[in-house]
Amino acid sequence: MPIVMDGDRIARTLTRIAHEILERSKGLDDLALVGIQRRGVPLARRIAGIIKKIHETDGPPAGHAGTGDLLIGELDITLYRDDFQRHRASAQPMVGRTDIPFSIDDKRILLVDDVLYTGRTIRAALDALIEFGRPNSIHLAVLVDRGHRELPIKADYVGKNLPTSRSQSIQVRLVETDGRDEVEIQG
Amino acid sequence: MKKDLLGIGDLTRDEIYRVLDTAVAMREIGERPIKKVPTLRGKTVVNLFYEASTRTRTSFEIAEKRLSADTLNIAVSTSSVQKGETLADTAMNLEAMSPDMIVLRHASSGACHLLSRICKSRIINAGDGMHEHPTQALLDAFTIRQHKKTIEGLKVAIVGDLLHSRVLRSNVLLLTKLGAEVWVSGPPTLVPRGIQQLGVKVSTSVEAAIADADVIMMLRIQQERMQGAYFPSLREYFQLFGMTRERVRLARPDVIIMHPGPMNRGVEIASDVADGPHSVILEQVANGVAVRMAVLYLLAGGVEDEAAA
Repeated sequence: MPIVMDGDRIARTLTRIAHEILERSKGLDDLALVGIQRRGVPLARRIAGIIKKIHETDGPPAGHAGTGDLLIGELDITLYRDDFQRHRASAQPMVGRTDIPFSIDDKRILLVDDVLYTGRTIRAALDALIEFGRPNSIHLAVLVDRGHRELPIKADYVGKNLPTSRSQSIQVRLVETDGRDEVEIQG
Repeated sequence: MKKDLLGIGDLTRDEIYRVLDTAVAMREIGERPIKKVPTLRGKTVVNLFYEASTRTRTSFEIAEKRLSADTLNIAVSTSSVQKGETLADTAMNLEAMSPDMIVLRHASSGACHLLSRICKSRIINAGDGMHEHPTQALLDAFTIRQHKKTIEGLKVAIVGDLLHSRVLRSNVLLLTKLGAEVWVSGPPTLVPRGIQQLGVKVSTSVEAAIADADVIMMLRIQQERMQGAYFPSLREYFQLFGMTRERVRLARPDVIIMHPGPMNRGVEIASDVADGPHSVILEQVANGVAVRMAVLYLLAGGVEDEAAA
């Protein structure tokens, strides 16, 4: 099955997203990244790492201080899913870790996930996040947008737009979770 | 998992680990500013308690509310049970109002199995007679795992009224299933016959049972279930089997002391041990909520298997 992004391509895409974030967000003081379990978490860490590196080479943006270290949280949305009643009783999805070690009040939150599809995961993530406080804003970054939205949700930063049919599936693999970096279309 | 949670006996090793792992995620919800997730919205859970309980009933109710279920508590003292209604009739009448789950505590062993046969609702055993108390054993295992990382290979000593204890039975089934070395100790009159067949070592010397133990679990002397004289006096019981600071020194230096509550201070456990540095008794209570949330979540999901296709 076709590999549509390899490791090199993913790395360059994340670097571009990091630059776009820096350009649009004017200072990093109240910016925090929240990765959606599972693969949004390593993606959020990588983007934060790239932003810090850019920050160290180029210096802080004009008129802004800071070290370039971003706050990073992990969010699991299993308990907020809208398809809870549709699983077999014997096959409940495993609940992952949620760890947001900072107050999200008045922060600019950037949600990070691997694939944007129906939008239902993001709807659940918004509900989950709002219960932790009142952020100033929430934006969304995804590695792949494959279309077929079922809710009025849109990403602010997109790594790659991948037109797909509903019968296909997109598999994102990352070194941290799967041993290697690649995006594959199946079916 | 099956439709109901009637006892540890029904669970496989993997299912036990699934509950314990899910409970880790559930514990975090209790540390949030808003301690509630919408998962069981629209589900109705009936807590039907035929026996006195503070910890278990409160713990289930908090767990249900944190998952956004609608809960109702039936205290038998104010219900039609007082007018002579049987358990089966009560259950069928509740069932007619279509709750999704029934949490049952009953003085008769097997009461939950009876309900399981006649009800479509999921049944969770919150203690049935002298049979099982599965969520207690699961929360005990969760607490042990928190302190010792693993359960396999640990020496666990369970001391006290073995005969009347459903907590004992559920814990023995769970701990042996996960590979712990389980010792039990109590007065010969309170040791159930044939308990060795469950794979435990039995000693009437509490000192031998707790020597080098990683975990000591104390069981309550259940006077309300005792019809005869099982031992001469509570004072003598404490002399021979009570957990004192001196006895705790026989165990490993990092031993944890557990008790399912309610405690009889000065009978099975000395006050300074119950409140001492090795005691994890209140952590057990805190973990009970997370473990029950995990059980509710894992049982509550979805459509029945045959309709799922």
